[in-house]
Amino acid sequence: MTDAQGPRPFVRRHHWMVRITHWVTVLVLAGMITSGLQIYEAYARFGDRGGPYLPNPLDGTQFPHWSRLGGWLAGALNWHFALMWPLVAAGLLYLGYLVKSGEWRALLFRPRDVPGALAMAAYYLRLRKEHPPQGKHNPLQKLAYSSIYALGVLAVLTGLSIYKPTQLGWLTALFGGFQAARYWHFWTVWLFVAFTITHVVLVFVVDPASLRAMITGWYRGRFPSHD
Amino acid sequence: MHEVDRRAFVKLGVAGAGAALAAACGWDGGGALRPLLLDWGRVNDWVGEKVLFSPTHLARTYSPAERSAMLPSYFISASTPMLSDPERWRLRVQGMVEQPLELSPEDLMRLPRTSYTVKHHCVEGWSAIASWHGVAVSAIVARCRPLRTARYVNFESFDAGYSNGWDLASAMHPQTILAYGMNDNPLPPAHGAPLRLYSPTKLGYKLTKYVVSMTFTDQRPGGYWEDQGYPWFGGI
Repeated sequence: MTDAQGPRPFVRRHHWMVRITHWVTVLVLAGMITSGLQIYEAYARFGDRGGPYLPNPLDGTQFPHWSRLGGWLAGALNWHFALMWPLVAAGLLYLGYLVKSGEWRALLFRPRDVPGALAMAAYYLRLRKEHPPQGKHNPLQKLAYSSIYALGVLAVLTGLSIYKPTQLGWLTALFGGFQAARYWHFWTVWLFVAFTITHVVLVFVVDPASLRAMITGWYRGRFPSHD
Repeated sequence: MHEVDRRAFVKLGVAGAGAALAAACGWDGGGALRPLLLDWGRVNDWVGEKVLFSPTHLARTYSPAERSAMLPSYFISASTPMLSDPERWRLRVQGMVEQPLELSPEDLMRLPRTSYTVKHHCVEGWSAIASWHGVAVSAIVARCRPLRTARYVNFESFDAGYSNGWDLASAMHPQTILAYGMNDNPLPPAHGAPLRLYSPTKLGYKLTKYVVSMTFTDQRPGGYWEDQGYPWFGGI
């Protein structure tokens, strides 16, 4: 983080719509995951009664008290079914903003991003010295941000399929049935957790100025190009 | 204003994470939020009842060979509820109806029989496949003829006051039955003998066991678990 040329000017980076939906999603997802861990406790395995069960290293796990929201099953369900609305609303508002502003072009990972993604991977693996040139986001970021949105869609769809397995039976069948849908819904949690840890670590290690940009909208860091 | 120290953001992040953790500590929402969550649950009930529920869509059925090895049984009494004098048991159909009824087991068995093998979904997250046979609630409705103003039906049991309030559309679904048999046998005491409500469109806690009466009403009846905070509609 040497600043040979002195302080850089601030550049406008994140629209208020992006910042609000980002932080709303952080809070709502935290509530969804913690209430979900409370719900999981009521039947901490995957498979019809009497088995067989799907392979799950967390069979029978009771998560620590501090990580569970709702106090008991009904309380957790009410949190979960209330928070699903702002989660979906934030997702749709964000998507609407991306489409209307055209910013989706900077975020959607497409086949032509593959060479750039390999270059970035080489940089991170120290096979390449210089940070490859990039726009607002590098191709690996595009891949991460496209995947995390797809994961959100998957979480909502698997959630709906276990919320209404009779009325939305076609959706439940698509995921392999009620217990398999519960299984996929549960694994989206750990992908969200893994993404969030990686995301936060990279923000602080690679580009701490991007945290300020996600709060105030203004960016002044190492990667101002093409903004 | 742009010269805010980066450490301030780190502090903000740490404080936010701490607050989130404190908030998550087994909290049910507290006195202020819990009523709001329950009110919001009524919105979800409305969506479940008016948007997602179909009065004609049938739940998937299975072959008897696919039955689960076991189906847990639940009751709220200290031990399996049993009738002291089973001979005198009658299903009472009452409330806002043109024709109140008192039906014996033989009366129920003379009515057209509905049987199916379906998946049972518990609010806890478990599921199990079993077969059920009995008489469609719609067949009872055809005989008692509810008043035009009746909008709900309450199913009452002899299991320590357990009951469930239902909307009429769910009760009239072709797969909603009063079951007197399970897995080709008479309904066992552990599963609600002599008569239990069954429907593959509802979670297990809506399926009243040990039924003694059904009461038609224009006031939304609660229920044992519903009154403690479980979703009232309980439709799946």
